[in-house]
Amino acid sequence: MSDTRPIEIEVLRYQPGARAEPYVQSWAVQFADDTSVLEALQRIKDLHDGSLTFRWSCRMAICGSCGMMINGVPRLACRTFLREFLPGPVRVEPLAHFPIERDLVVDANDFMTKLATIRPFIVPREERPLSEGEYRQTPAELERFEQFSHCINCMLCYAACPQYGLDTKFLGPGLTALLHRYNNDSRDGAREERMQLVHSDEGVWGCTAVGYCSVVCPKQVDPANAVNQNKTMSAVDWFARFLPGRRP
Amino acid sequence: MTRKPYVRPMRGWWRRDPYFTRYMAREATAVLVLAYAAILLVTIERLAQGRDAFEAWMELLRGRAFLALHLAIVATFVLHTVTWFAIMPKTMPPVEVAGRRLGPAAITGAGLVASLAASVTLFLTLRHLAS
Repeated sequence: MSDTRPIEIEVLRYQPGARAEPYVQSWAVQFADDTSVLEALQRIKDLHDGSLTFRWSCRMAICGSCGMMINGVPRLACRTFLREFLPGPVRVEPLAHFPIERDLVVDANDFMTKLATIRPFIVPREERPLSEGEYRQTPAELERFEQFSHCINCMLCYAACPQYGLDTKFLGPGLTALLHRYNNDSRDGAREERMQLVHSDEGVWGCTAVGYCSVVCPKQVDPANAVNQNKTMSAVDWFARFLPGRRP
Repeated sequence: MTRKPYVRPMRGWWRRDPYFTRYMAREATAVLVLAYAAILLVTIERLAQGRDAFEAWMELLRGRAFLALHLAIVATFVLHTVTWFAIMPKTMPPVEVAGRRLGPAAITGAGLVASLAASVTLFLTLRHLAS
């Protein structure tokens, strides 16, 4: 702990039952050049106030648990360093557009419920016995979806999407990217089913191309691209009804 | 333990982040795009009404107020064009040229060059036709 300096951390806190509204509490925290916002929160919890509540797990930007608004921007607390914000203060709030459960913990039920609806797994085109061996895929086929498979479900893109904030029925950027990942997998056979979700009122047409979701994504998934590619596909599917031999 | 999820209001959301403010500025350009469409429609109508009506309308358009409006429209169109092509790579499926995936800067750059070329061509053509 040599070479440390204090920086002021302001946290938007909310304690249901105790107070009706969220409020701001701040602490001066000692930090070094390699201290992350997550470590600062842990230090507050260890040394100042054990009741401070926040989610975290891996500390290395892979579990997607510690998404928060840091100085107004959705970021992972574990890979955001306090040295960026000198001389301070640093304002930490729960992820925007989600209901606050307690302190920095948001209610992610809406996201989890929708996650199940996109069938986030490969539905084989046809059942094959194990004896026929593995499903093969060329590098070009992998390239079609690989970028979209990097999503860690951190929900930063939802906190960056005003359309989701204004109407939470919208499927949203991250889940559309995940849906796109499976629809573009050559081994998958559930595209038709997932496209019904894309076409629906809650689907891609709720997006107005703000594009901030892709800016804040910590894994360069580019969810805005997935949403907008699906707008094109949704339009193509709609017009394809008029082709001979197609069901309306 | 009491559960009482707190929903934060969205009022003034577009002022919360400079990115949102720029987005709303882009959306707002639609108002002046609509104004220019209206000017073009009136121009066509005056043209159908005959030479005198058209000349009188042109005279009106040369006035200071319309000149100021047109300058504002040009500025708006530039903002709209630049921001639209900036977001274009996010709206497209991957484009491959000679086996390599085209980067976002190349797509944005190509769009801006194409719109500039189209504008210059249209301007020169109209000037040629008017002379």
